[in-house]
Amino acid sequence: MTAEPLHVGDTVVIEKENLEQLLQALATRGYEVLGPTLREGAIVYDRLTSTEDLPAGWTDEQAGGKYRLKRRKDNALFGYVVGPHSWKKFLHPPLQRLWQAARNGKGLRILPEEERSKPKYAFIGVRACELHAIAIQDKVFLEGQFVDPGYKARRENLFLVAVNCGQAGGNCFCASMKTGPKATSGFDLALTELAQDGRHYFLAEVGTVSGGEVLSEAPHQPADDTDRQHAARLLDHTTRHMGRRLDTRGIKELLYRNYEHPQWDSVTERCLSCANCTMVCPTCFCTTVEDVTDLTGQHAERWRRWDSCFTVDFSYIHGGSVRATPRSRYRQWMTHKLATWIDQFGVSGCVGCGRCITWCPVGIDITVETGAIRESDSAKVPVDHNKDAP
Amino acid sequence: MATMLEQPEAVTADLTPDPMLPMPYRIQRVKQETDDTFTLEILPEDSGKGFSFAPGQFNMLYVFGVGEVPISISSDPDDAPLLKHTTRVVGTVTKAMRQLKRGEIMGIRGPFGSHWPVEEATGRDVVIAAGGIGLAPLRPALYRLMAEREKCRKIVLLYGTRTPEDILYRQELEQWRGKFDLEIQVTVDRAASSWRGNVGVVTTMIPRAPFDPTNTVAMVCGPEVMMRFTVMELLKRGVAPERTYLSAERNMKCGIGFCGHCQYGPTFICKDGPVFAFPRIAAILGRSEI
Amino acid sequence: MIHTLEPILRDHPFFQGMEDRHIQLIAGCSMNVRFEAGQVIFHEGDPADHFYLIREGLVSVQFVIPHDGLTTVQTVGGGEVLGWSWLFAPYRWHFDARTQQPTHALAFDGKCLRAKCDEDHDLGYEIYKRFMQIVTERLESTRLQLLDMYGNHA
Repeated sequence: MTAEPLHVGDTVVIEKENLEQLLQALATRGYEVLGPTLREGAIVYDRLTSTEDLPAGWTDEQAGGKYRLKRRKDNALFGYVVGPHSWKKFLHPPLQRLWQAARNGKGLRILPEEERSKPKYAFIGVRACELHAIAIQDKVFLEGQFVDPGYKARRENLFLVAVNCGQAGGNCFCASMKTGPKATSGFDLALTELAQDGRHYFLAEVGTVSGGEVLSEAPHQPADDTDRQHAARLLDHTTRHMGRRLDTRGIKELLYRNYEHPQWDSVTERCLSCANCTMVCPTCFCTTVEDVTDLTGQHAERWRRWDSCFTVDFSYIHGGSVRATPRSRYRQWMTHKLATWIDQFGVSGCVGCGRCITWCPVGIDITVETGAIRESDSAKVPVDHNKDAP
Repeated sequence: MATMLEQPEAVTADLTPDPMLPMPYRIQRVKQETDDTFTLEILPEDSGKGFSFAPGQFNMLYVFGVGEVPISISSDPDDAPLLKHTTRVVGTVTKAMRQLKRGEIMGIRGPFGSHWPVEEATGRDVVIAAGGIGLAPLRPALYRLMAEREKCRKIVLLYGTRTPEDILYRQELEQWRGKFDLEIQVTVDRAASSWRGNVGVVTTMIPRAPFDPTNTVAMVCGPEVMMRFTVMELLKRGVAPERTYLSAERNMKCGIGFCGHCQYGPTFICKDGPVFAFPRIAAILGRSEI
Repeated sequence: MIHTLEPILRDHPFFQGMEDRHIQLIAGCSMNVRFEAGQVIFHEGDPADHFYLIREGLVSVQFVIPHDGLTTVQTVGGGEVLGWSWLFAPYRWHFDARTQQPTHALAFDGKCLRAKCDEDHDLGYEIYKRFMQIVTERLESTRLQLLDMYGNHA
């Protein structure tokens, strides 16, 4: 055990039993500790009161339209990838009141939402792809012409404990999107879960000064090269066993020149416009607003809630919807995610987490759809010039 | 605290610190312009909170308890903090808006969006092509151009509507004709024989309009199909594509780039638009269901 | 012989690119005309033996619609061409043409020109080419009017 302060870039080793103290250190600092828990057959993000709440010994099997939890042979705390929740659930909540308004006589008073107590979250178990997803939503809400004050407040006090993935999921393709599996930046701490010769421990990398402060409260030892090599091998293994691949070469131009590709018609035959993909996607940020009043008509509120470009009225404008067909809506979502997002925010909107593939009821796979378009780039509906020849 | 990227300064000039909070404005006048079009004239409750704006920008107008809609500002920027908004009744909110009376209160968020490039008109001819209610977002540009008339050369206003009864700001157009050195040509799609004036779509006026296409800035606003064909005629006549501007429109919920609704290809109409130089949207203009 | 209207025709954009000999032929079928405001140039059903190049003024193309009365669907102004029914059988006008303002135009004798086109197919080609352009423009313009784009859905 060392009493010396930990610096950014330091790597140490924590035994599994001592991870609890890391969580306690966060709790005593007033953080609301959130992380993966097991509920109703899925691993979802919820409050962690201790490491006991983590889904130890569980893993997830994911495929197109399929998610099953299975018991592991070991007792790994983070032996799975990502579930239906993403961290946007907390940073960009599904339902939020924006303000209240009251009529007073002939006047109008707007009452902004008070900060009851500034939210202070600690996320435990953030995957590399999710770190990128958070950074992408930062671009939307913090780095544009306008800043979302609510997002800013929630983001400012955030403590991020990342976890490097020990295995790749069936629908994962972070390696293709260059968003993982290794967490490289954007975290306070990054853990790699290792099991070697009966030992169950974590390699912990310090990402920020406050990360070092918190970590120093948990019993730890300096890491040696064997530990680091063990971690590196594990990550290499994960990288080479991705469930999916997406060829991103020239992807923006590819989708820009294929607005009329017949593959969109093929997807239309399957897509239900159910909007699951947008709900589970960690970068999707679209919302709508609802204005409501009470019965007296003296008090009004505006609420913001998650919305999806898959709904028919998403693009409604006096008279009709611009994207009236499911074909155009699927095309909008995929083209936005992989192409126009790049023009808008300088990076792809996709982090390769595979959630959209897992949670699509009919298993539509964004990597397969893109591949099909690439394979017959610029194809149009084939015209048989001889068909009606006499 | 872990952040991957720098956080920029929030924009607060002319806007409330939280751009989602409406400011109270009181209705000074509700004017019926044509059968289905009306104008609201409003002033800020807190005179210190008024703002000026650039021609082409829009506000989000809030009707208490009903909802919010984006409407272009159609008043003279020099008259700020007075604001005017001309709109048709097209849905729940505009319907409720039409029922508001002088003295009632509403909410305003803004000004948002890009503006007509009035500065580019210096030393050039200006063609303003408006269709139907498209004249409303262009009116502030006309005011600005007339306020500094000597800066640009010829000003040509080409305006088309459905019928003579639908001509917006008709009296004002007559006044301008008399007072300022500008060429105004009005046309309608159909008319009774009592109409003394052009009949035909506004695009037909472009080939013979008196401007020098090699040195012109064009500003076009109206229904999308009208803008498409108008731009085509302007380009055919030799107006530079990068000096041809249009105002696009899409569903908006926030007006500040967060809700995602107003996306038009790679652009957000609320912040990259509504005014666009033609080359920016050339590839998607007219493309179905974008 | 140089017809006094030749220079006007030569300068006009509609006849641009035409050979001198064709201009001469056409000039031979042309004359200056003036109409007062509110004057009927022709009625629907009249024989279409002329077409007009409007120099100054404004002409309304109108239909009589039961209950609605006289409706203007198009106006033709300075520099524009009025009428192509002289080119196609049965050579009858399909609408009324009425001046809104005092109008000064060049009138062309369609019968005369039709005969010259039959004799000189090169002339015919040049005439049809130009009128085809006019018809296309009017068709596109009419389609836009049909779309009723300023309606409630615009």
